[in-house]
Amino acid sequence: MTYEWDFSFLLQYKGLIAIGALYTIGFTIVTAIAGFVVGGLIAVARLADARVVTLPLLAFIEIFRCTPVLVQLVWIYYALPIVIGVELKPATAAFIALTLYGASFFAEIIRGGIASIDTGQWDAGRALGMRRAALMRRVVLPQALKRMIPPLVNQVVLQLKNTSLLSVLAVPDLLYQGQLITSATYKPLEVYTMIAVIYFIILFPLTTLAHGLERRLAR
Amino acid sequence: MTTEAVRAMPETTMIAVEHVRKSFGPVPVLKDISLSVPKGGVLSLIGPSGSGKSTLLRCLNLLTIPCEGTIRIGSHAMRFGPDHRMPRDRDLAAFRSTVGMVFQNFNLFPHMSVVQNIMEGPVTVLGRGRDDARDLAVRLLDKVGLREKADAYPDRLSGGQKQRVAIARALAMQPEVMLFDEATSALDPELVGEVLSVVRQLASEGMTMVLVTHEIAFARDVADTCVFMRDGFVVEEGPARQIIEDPQQAATKAFLSHFHKAAV
Ligand SMILES: Nc1ncnc2c1ncn2[C@@H]1O[C@H](COP(=O)(O)OP(=O)(O)OP(=O)(O)O)[C@@H](O)[C@H]1O
Ligand SMILES: [Mg+2]
Repeated sequence: MTYEWDFSFLLQYKGLIAIGALYTIGFTIVTAIAGFVVGGLIAVARLADARVVTLPLLAFIEIFRCTPVLVQLVWIYYALPIVIGVELKPATAAFIALTLYGASFFAEIIRGGIASIDTGQWDAGRALGMRRAALMRRVVLPQALKRMIPPLVNQVVLQLKNTSLLSVLAVPDLLYQGQLITSATYKPLEVYTMIAVIYFIILFPLTTLAHGLERRLAR
Repeated sequence: MTTEAVRAMPETTMIAVEHVRKSFGPVPVLKDISLSVPKGGVLSLIGPSGSGKSTLLRCLNLLTIPCEGTIRIGSHAMRFGPDHRMPRDRDLAAFRSTVGMVFQNFNLFPHMSVVQNIMEGPVTVLGRGRDDARDLAVRLLDKVGLREKADAYPDRLSGGQKQRVAIARALAMQPEVMLFDEATSALDPELVGEVLSVVRQLASEGMTMVLVTHEIAFARDVADTCVFMRDGFVVEEGPARQIIEDPQQAATKAFLSHFHKAAV
C-alpha cells in the first residue's frame, strides 16, 4: 500500500500555523528572558555565605530540575490555585512553569560560569580596591558570560522544545494547532510532519550556533 | 574594626604589623607576627614553602583577613580580633586601594588590552577620566618598557611582559606600598631579569615594598631588611645582607644552605 502524500491542504491553515509558531517562539523568548533574570538573581544570591539564603534556593533548584516540566505545568495550573486561592489562566500557568523551570537551569549555568573564573581574577580586582559589584560587573561577568553562552543557547533550545507541552493546557502553540488541524482533516501524517519540520527549521540554526560557539571558545 | 592613625608609631613607619594571627579553620598559619617597614624601606620575606609568607603578604592588603592583630599602611589602620566587627566591603576596598600587589600568576584581566588593564583601577576605583587615565597608563608603560604593547591583549605577551604590565597596573593606583608575591617564580629564567630590574628601579625611587621571593641574591641586594619565617613565626630578622650571608639561627642556616653558594 502506498500513501498519497498531499501537503497542499495545509495552505488553507497557514493562519493557524503562523499563530502556533508565534506562540511557540514568543513563549520561548519571554520565558527565556524571565528565566534568565530569575536564574541570575538566584545565582548571585547563592554566592552569599548565609545558609538561610542558599539552602532554600538550592531546594528550589533541585525541585525544578528533578521533576518533569509536564508535572510542573499541570501542578501549577490545577494545584497552585487551591493553595493561593487565585485561578490562573493557562497562559499564565504556562509562563510561571516554564520561567521557573528555565530559571533553575539558568541559575546553575550562571553560577557555574561565575565559579569557573579563576580566584586570581578576584584577588587582582580586590587588590586594586574594587568593590564587590564593580568587580562582578567589570571583571568576572564579562569573562563568565562568554563561557556561559554555549550552555545558555542549549538551554534555550530545550526551552523551545518544552513549549510543546503547553498544548496540554490548550495554549495554542505549534503542537496544539497541529492537533486542531488534525482533528479537522484526519491527516496526522502531513500535519505532524510539517510541525516537526517547522521545529527543526527554528532549532537547527540555534544548535549550529551553539556548536560553533563551543568550538570557538575551546580554542 | 577601626580606621585611625596609630599615634604611637613614628611618622616614618609606612607598614606596621602588630601581633597578627591567622588560622584557616583550626590550623594556625600566622602565630603572632609583628614587623614594621619604614617609608621607602624594602623588606624581603623568605622562608620554606608553607611557612605563611603569602598569607602574611595577603594580610597586609587584607585580601586575607587576620583573626587578630593590627595592620597599618600609612595612615590607615585596621584592628582585628574578637571585639572587632568584620570590616565592610567599602572599608576594605578603600584600604586596599592604597596598596599595590603583584602576584606570582600575574592575574591580568584577559578580556582587556594592556592599556585597559592599567586604566581599570584609576577609572573604576578612583573615578578618573578615561583620557587622564590613558595618559597615566602610557607613562607607566614607558616606565616598564612596554609602550608598544599598549593595545595588545595579555595572551600575546611573554611572562616577563605580563608581569611588567601587572606592576604598571598596580602603580596606576599610586599606592603607598607595593607587595610582590614571588613575582618571578612563574617565569622562564631568561625573563626574570627584566622584572627584577623594574623592581630594583622602584626601590631606587623610594617605593616602600615587601618582596616575597626565592631569588636569594635579589632578597639580599635590593632589600634593606630581611625576615625569615618558618611555621608561622618570624625566626630571624635584620639587615638583609647579614641575614642572608651570616644567619644566626639554625633554621635560617638550614634553609639558606639549600641555595647554592654560587647563586648567592
Ligand atoms: N585559603 C586557605 N585555606 C586553608 N589553608 C590555607 C589557605 N591559604 C594558605 N593555607 C595554608 O597556610 C599555610 C601557609 O601558606 P602560605 O601560602 O602562606 O605559605 P607560603 O610561605 O607562601 O608558601 P609557598 O612558598 O609555597 O608559597 C599552608 O599550610 C597552606 O596550606
Ligand atoms: Mg606563597
